[in-house]
Formats: sequence, structure tokens, C-alpha cells
Amino acid sequence: MSTATPPPVSAAVAGVAVGEAAREDALPRKKRRRGSAAGNAAKSVTSPWASVIAIVMALAWTTPTFGLLVTSFRNQADIQETGWWQALSTPFTLSNYSAVLSGAEGQPPLTDFIVNSFVIAIPAVMLPLFLASLAAYAFAWIDFPFRNLLFVAVFALQIVPLQIALLPLVTMYQNIGIGGTYWSLWLSHSAFALPLAVFLLHNFMKEIPASLLEAARVDGAGHVRIFFQVLLPLITPALASFGIFQFLWVWNDLLVAITMLGGNAGNGSNAPLTMVLNNISGTLGNRWYLLSAAAFISIAVPVVVFLSLQRYFVRGLLAGGTKG
Amino acid sequence: MATVRFDEATRVYPGNDTPSVNKLNIDVQDGEFLVLVGPSGCGKSTSLRMLAGLEEVNDGKIWIGDRDVTDLSPKDRDVAMVFQNYALYPHMSVADNMGFALKIAGVDKSEIRKRVEEAANILDLTAYLERKPKALSGGQRQRVAMGRAIVRSPQVFLMDEPLSNLDAKLRVQTRTQIASLQRRLGVTTVYVTHDQVEAMTMGDRIALLKDGILQQCATPREMYDSPANLFVAGFIGSPAMNLVAVPAGPDGARFGSHTVPLPRERSEHGGKGVVVGVRPEDVEVTTNPDGLELTVDVIEELGADAYVYGTPTDPEVTLEGGDDNLAKPFIARVDGRNVPAKGSKIFVYPKSEHLHVFDQASGKRI
Repeated sequence: MSTATPPPVSAAVAGVAVGEAAREDALPRKKRRRGSAAGNAAKSVTSPWASVIAIVMALAWTTPTFGLLVTSFRNQADIQETGWWQALSTPFTLSNYSAVLSGAEGQPPLTDFIVNSFVIAIPAVMLPLFLASLAAYAFAWIDFPFRNLLFVAVFALQIVPLQIALLPLVTMYQNIGIGGTYWSLWLSHSAFALPLAVFLLHNFMKEIPASLLEAARVDGAGHVRIFFQVLLPLITPALASFGIFQFLWVWNDLLVAITMLGGNAGNGSNAPLTMVLNNISGTLGNRWYLLSAAAFISIAVPVVVFLSLQRYFVRGLLAGGTKG
Repeated sequence: MATVRFDEATRVYPGNDTPSVNKLNIDVQDGEFLVLVGPSGCGKSTSLRMLAGLEEVNDGKIWIGDRDVTDLSPKDRDVAMVFQNYALYPHMSVADNMGFALKIAGVDKSEIRKRVEEAANILDLTAYLERKPKALSGGQRQRVAMGRAIVRSPQVFLMDEPLSNLDAKLRVQTRTQIASLQRRLGVTTVYVTHDQVEAMTMGDRIALLKDGILQQCATPREMYDSPANLFVAGFIGSPAMNLVAVPAGPDGARFGSHTVPLPRERSEHGGKGVVVGVRPEDVEVTTNPDGLELTVDVIEELGADAYVYGTPTDPEVTLEGGDDNLAKPFIARVDGRNVPAKGSKIFVYPKSEHLHVFDQASGKRI
């Protein structure tokens, strides 16, 4: 770095005198400097110590999960007598899985609630994604009065903890007659997700070069076409990543579901998987051998969602469109 | 195809006191190639964007043909624009990029294909139609941007420094290609550049702007031969014209031992505040004490020619027009095989038919 510095600086000084040419010279210089700063950061992270810390953290995170996985394949008696690390000396079984899925010991079958969870999660992901990308487009590219003020206001909502809103929301839903329905969950999850989604997508939209939108406008595109045919394809990585986070959040949510649905997780209710998981170990904890199997069924879905959406995490989607 | 007319067009950016484009009046003929040129921040790009509809017109009008387009949105103006950074849609193939405007206009698919292929043929892009912009070189991307404009056969082409991202060699090559393509298609074109060489070589006419005000609008030859003011004189031509502030005698401005005759009303002022302009190629360099005496500082050898950079020995003679506070040298072109030595004293004698005289205070040509 220190040896590379002098030539660019003198080039810049010469550039100022040349006027117009200076701008062109200065640009790559700036990029180069930023690039080497990033390089330094990358270098400091690739030290052996950093690797050791990363490995320790990874082990600490995965070991309990692995233990849970092993436990879910063991008999009730074995679980109560020995730890999961001694599992090789005892037989493995799928009985826990079949018990939770088909419904055993007065427990409703889990399959119904998996469907419930999907019914809740899919609209609760799509709705905020769609609304937020529309709002982000407006905040990023349409000039309207009080735009900046409104944008700050939207993001400031992030500060309000959602717990504050829960009870007023329940009352409101009851009053308009959608208490305890899926609508109450879809609307609540959307509302809680919107501030962050708007902020995140706005930043992505702003990154897109203005000349691209201008080119589309000159080509004859209106706002709707620019949004769907030019912008949305270019922000798919942002949509995918926010989609994953929102799906995980909704799928794993227990608090909002219990509040909105009133804690009824019986047969035929609207309850998601998490509410059943909460009940499954029994009031006295006597059936907790079933919990590990049910938990793994619950985990499997987000893993599949993550793997199927990760192909949208493509870098350099904007490459080649503009230069300079 | 159509004419373009800026009629007192003015743009003031919010929060600015001075207009970025100030009462611009330009008439572009049908099929003409007009180049807007000027230093950075002179309002040339803003003018182009006003014509495209991307920038609001605060005052005055803009006409395309006999339509008043001042308040129309870009899509209703039937203009195509080539952007400085190309602004290709990165997620679309070359063919889709070029056909996007036609698709929006609801043109039939086979017709789009036909027109895209025609344009690709002209621009030598046929082999790349299915590629994404990412997989193209800079020059090819530039051609795709051109193709996107051609395919639409619009009334007016707008080009915003389309060559500034190419390397020097390709720039010269593409410059000629664009100019000949425009002649062939015969579409009215407004072209923005900061490079006076591009302006001189490409334009049917040049409009030179400074601080949002039109300085002169004329053919390249006219701009070169009779610049309207000091700014035009200094901007057009490379190396730039020598602009010498000279002391005055009773019968005219004194250019060394040579006297430049002045019109009567100027002479009555005693010739005060006069700048004499002479291009580097319009002087004769001699060792005879005839004309302005210079000390040779630097010699630039170009092969066939050489440029002599010198300082006038007379401290009363100063050169106008360095933007910086550095003293500007006097530049003279000499035969490359017969150059004076560094540090020697020479005399430059202007060819009187190529002399330009300007008023120092107003900058206007006399």
C-alpha cells in the first residue's frame, strides 16, 4: 500500500490542472484505494486465529443441534437413561417420528399443522415483500412531498417493539371480525416486517444506476413497467434474502400466533406448528421424547426453503449494464 | 425525422440562484448533426436531458418538428438516447435490450426480430444477439447502446458523451463510425461532448456553451476561423489559440514590433484593453527582429511538426486564458526538421489574414 501511494497522488495533482481529464483519472484511483482497504480487511480476517475462532463457534452452534437429531431417533427409555453421545450402544428407531406425524397419546397429527404453518407463512412473506418493494420504489425513485420525512418515519417504526402492538391489534381484529383467523396473522406479520423490508429494498433500489431508469423512460416505459421489468429482476437477491428471513421469522413465530389465535392448538384449529410443538411435551413434560422428532420436522422446512432460494443470491447482477 | 428548436429554454435547479441552462436558443435542422460542447458544468448535458424530457424546463419552450414537447414525458417525444455509461439492461440479452422500446410500443414480435437483426447487421452485432451485456467488451456495449437507439427509428437521436468510456484508439474509430452512420440514416442528432476534437470532427454545427449560456453556434470551420468571443477562441482548437493582451499605440495594438490595425472607434480609445488572438499555425517564426520576441521554454516534437512554447520577453505582454494562475506560454508551430534551440530568442510574426482581435473587457470579437 505505502509503495503504491505516491504515483496516484501525483497523477491526481496533474489531473486537476487538466480539468476534465481529472475526473476520469480520479475515479479509478478512488476505487483502487477502496479496493485495497477491502483487501486489508480481508487479509486480517484470514489469519489462522480467525479460522480457529470460526471453527470453535461453528462447533458450539452445531453440537446441540446434532444432539437433538440423534435423540429424535432413540427410544423413550434410552433417552431417559443415557445421553445422546452414547447412542451407538442403543438401537435407533423411527417410532418418535411416526408417533408425532400420525398423532399419538391424544395428540393431534402434526401433518395438519404443517399445512397450517404454510398457509400462514406464504402470504405473510409474499404480502410484505410485494408492498415493501412498491414502497421502496416510490421512496427511491419517485419525487413526492415529504419523501425523506416519511422514509425516516417508516424506518423509525422499527424501534417500536412489536409486543406493544399485540393487544391493541387483537382488540382491533376482534372489532372488525377477523379475530382468530389467518387474516389476523397475515396482517400482523406483514405490518411487523414492513419497516425493515422497505428500508432494505430501498437501499438496493437506490444502488441501481439512475441512467438505467432514464433509459427505460426514454424507451417508453412507465412506472409499472420499469418496476416489474427493469427493477424487480435486478433486486432478486434482496427479495430472496428478505424472503428467507421473513419466512424463518414467521415459521418460527410463537408469540404472535398464540396472541392472535388465543392459545387454542387443538384439532381443526388454525394453529401453526410452533404452537403444537409448545404443547407436545405435555403439561408435565412427560412426552418430551416426542419433542425432538417434532422439532426436526419443523426445522426441515426452513432448511429446504433456504436451499431452494439460495440460487438467487447471485453476485454482480448489475454487471455489464453501465460503465463508469 | 424532424427539426429541433430550443426557444429560450431555461433550467434552474432547485436551490440554485443561477440557471444551469440560461435562455438557450438553438435551431437544429432536419437531419443535422449538432454537437453541444463546453467545459464540465456548462449545461450541455442538462440541455440534452431537457430535450429528452428527463429534466424539467422551467422557462421557454422546446419543439420537435412542429410539436411543442416542453411538457411531454420522455415516452411521448419519440426520441432515442445513448447514455454515457450505456445504461443497458443487465438482465436482458442484446436482442431484448435493443427490442425493449419496440416491445413496449406493442410492435409485432416478428417485426421486432426483423428490425433488431437489421440494426445488429449495421453495427456488426449479429453474433452477439443472445449474449448478456456482461459478456461484451466496452466497444460492443457501446454499439448495443447505439443499436437500441437505431432500432426505434426515432425522430431525434440524443447522445450524451457516448465515447467517453472507450479507450483512445477505439474512440477515434467509433467517432468516424457514428458520424457516417448518422449521415446514412439521416436522423437529426444532438450530441454532447466535452472534447472539442470530437465536436470539430463530427458535427455539422457546433454549439459551444459556458455557464449555461450559448457562446456561439456555427459550423466547425466558422468556429475555428472566426470565434465570436475570447472563450470560443480559447476553447476550439488544439493547441489553443494564443490570446495576447497587448499594449496599444495610437495607430493600433502593438504585437511586438508589428502593429495590428484597429477599427476607428477602438483606436480612439487608444487601443486599450485589446486581446490579439493568433493560432499556433498562423505565425511565422524567424530570427529577424520582426514581430513579438519570445524566449523558447519547451519544444514539443510531433514528427512532421513541432510546437514551440515560449514566454514573451516584454513583461508588458501577457497571455490570456489560463484557467489556473500559471503563466500561459505562447505556442507556435514550426517545421519539425527546423526547430529553434531551447532558451534561444525567436520572433513570431502573425499572418495578418488570420488575426483575431477581441475586446478585453467584454470578450467580444472586434
